[in-house]
Amino acid sequence: MSIVRGNTDEPAWVRRLLILIAITFMALFLLLPLVLVFYCAFEEGLTTYWEALTDRRTLRAIGVTLLTIGIAVPLNVFFGIVAAWCLGKFNFRGKSLLISLIDLPFAVSPVIAGLLFVILFGMHSVLGEWLWSTFGIRILHSTTATVLATMFVTFPFVTRELLPIMQTQGTEEELAARVLGANGIQIFFRVTLPNIKWALLYGVVLCNARAMGEFGAVNVVSHGGKNNTLSLLIYETYQSDLVAAFAVSTLLALMAIVTLVLKTLIEMRTARKEGRSV
Amino acid sequence: MSIEVQNITKSFGNFLALNDVSLYIKSGELVALLGPSGSGKTTLLRIIAGLEEADEGSGPILFNNRNMKDSKIGDRGVGFVFQHYALFRHMTVFENVAFGLRVRPRTTRPDNGEIRRRVLELLRLVQLDTQADRYPHQLSGGQRQRVALARALAVEPQVLLLDEPFGALDAKVRVELRQWLRRLHDEIHLTSVFVTHDQDEALELADRVAVMNAGKIEQFATPNEVFHKPATEFVMNFLGSVNKFRGQVADGKVRLGEQFIMDVPENTEEAKLFVRPHELQISHTKVPNSFNLRAVITRIHSAGARVRVDLETHSGDAMTAEMTHSRLSELNLENGQDVYIVPSNIHVFGADEHAIEE
Repeated sequence: MSIVRGNTDEPAWVRRLLILIAITFMALFLLLPLVLVFYCAFEEGLTTYWEALTDRRTLRAIGVTLLTIGIAVPLNVFFGIVAAWCLGKFNFRGKSLLISLIDLPFAVSPVIAGLLFVILFGMHSVLGEWLWSTFGIRILHSTTATVLATMFVTFPFVTRELLPIMQTQGTEEELAARVLGANGIQIFFRVTLPNIKWALLYGVVLCNARAMGEFGAVNVVSHGGKNNTLSLLIYETYQSDLVAAFAVSTLLALMAIVTLVLKTLIEMRTARKEGRSV
Repeated sequence: MSIEVQNITKSFGNFLALNDVSLYIKSGELVALLGPSGSGKTTLLRIIAGLEEADEGSGPILFNNRNMKDSKIGDRGVGFVFQHYALFRHMTVFENVAFGLRVRPRTTRPDNGEIRRRVLELLRLVQLDTQADRYPHQLSGGQRQRVALARALAVEPQVLLLDEPFGALDAKVRVELRQWLRRLHDEIHLTSVFVTHDQDEALELADRVAVMNAGKIEQFATPNEVFHKPATEFVMNFLGSVNKFRGQVADGKVRLGEQFIMDVPENTEEAKLFVRPHELQISHTKVPNSFNLRAVITRIHSAGARVRVDLETHSGDAMTAEMTHSRLSELNLENGQDVYIVPSNIHVFGADEHAIEE
């Protein structure tokens, strides 16, 4: 006869040891780097830290980063909802192919994604040359390229969060709304959107975090200098001024912490709504 | 408001869901579409609602003689209750019911006070006025069903359509709710159509029943008529269990053994004789001037309001008779007993599976 107490019958010291290993690992690989970032940033005092943050180049990079996420995230939210709506609520030919395609940015290395844009919009490409000769527009090495590359890399986040929930919810509520006389816009804003809002917010938070931290693709398409994003700036300054690089890094680290807190709050909220304990 | 559909055909790929169906429902009538799954009953309901479109070449869908075929779903004046209710999960009961009023264009939308008054009145009607602030997931199945009904009624529909309204409920709630729905219909007299695969539900609730099979309406008549005068073999079978006998046809007469059953047209070749279990008598002695068949009692099911007796004829056919408990004790029946079975009411069907009338 055995008495069930909890899910395991491992002796107490085994359980404690496992927990200790896990905590040590987390401390070494996750917490320590985070602490180090802040430590190095403040190593030469608050004044140096503040100067690094208010440096002209830093302010410009903050501007570029904000502009990039300001354009890329809303557009990806829009396209993400549209894609999830099509894939979740309708059946059509080639649907599974489209679902795989949406995951493409996850599968492709960001550097290759960046190279794709170079091939597409570079001066030696048909499109790039045409844009330059006809409109005098140069996509590559401009902020536009940064935004496009960021959008490409972060596209799947919103769709990936919305698709499963839209699939399980089906279309019955929308049909019911239609029978009750609602038009398409009313159905979307009063029925569909409220049902997906937490998943959507979750997707937005993840998309935003990734957009802010994107380095690989942006590094390929950007020329540096005035088009630097925060990530690119850190990489650039890191080679000459370590303290300044860490100072700027604290901004991204803080945003990461905010993201984690938001993510946890949304997860708690969703779990409570579904009646599960967290 | 009367509903009329003419020559409706609908196919899904190779599957013919509705095959040239026509139906006329009188104003204020409560009609059941009854049939097994795949018979086309839900498809017909959804076509009336506008949730599905009939195939090219189908006839019109008339509400009070006005063709609704090309009007949008929201303009048809239809209240629809979905099988799984389809309540808006993020809205309270109150907001669910108010939805149809809130989405109206500003010119026809009632003001907030009026919406409130009407929603609460409906919630009282469905006996849920105390649950107005709850969410769908906090309600029982029967309560959700009534919210769905109140929501459908809120837009003051001309016709009410219900898809398997009691399908997802347990047996007891089902019976209560259908009696309640019948009373509600007697109060508000809204032309209503509901889909069901449960013959008891259809027979108890409806003014008329359309029995459907394989995309066709086999019979459309009052519950009494479909039960006692089934038009086809399918209706006879679907509305309860039957005992089958082989009749002999000769010279325009159908006989069962020695007994004359009925006159039939000269060219009749085959006659199938069906008898309901409650119309099959059991006797210890031969009944004069009747068809008597020897059979052995194989099992007596007495746990129920009525007793069911399973028998086997000497030629090996299984038969079932039904009787009251007092009749059972009068007859003093036991397993293994040899008895006579005597049909008291015989339904005759021809080779084309249609009833042959006397």
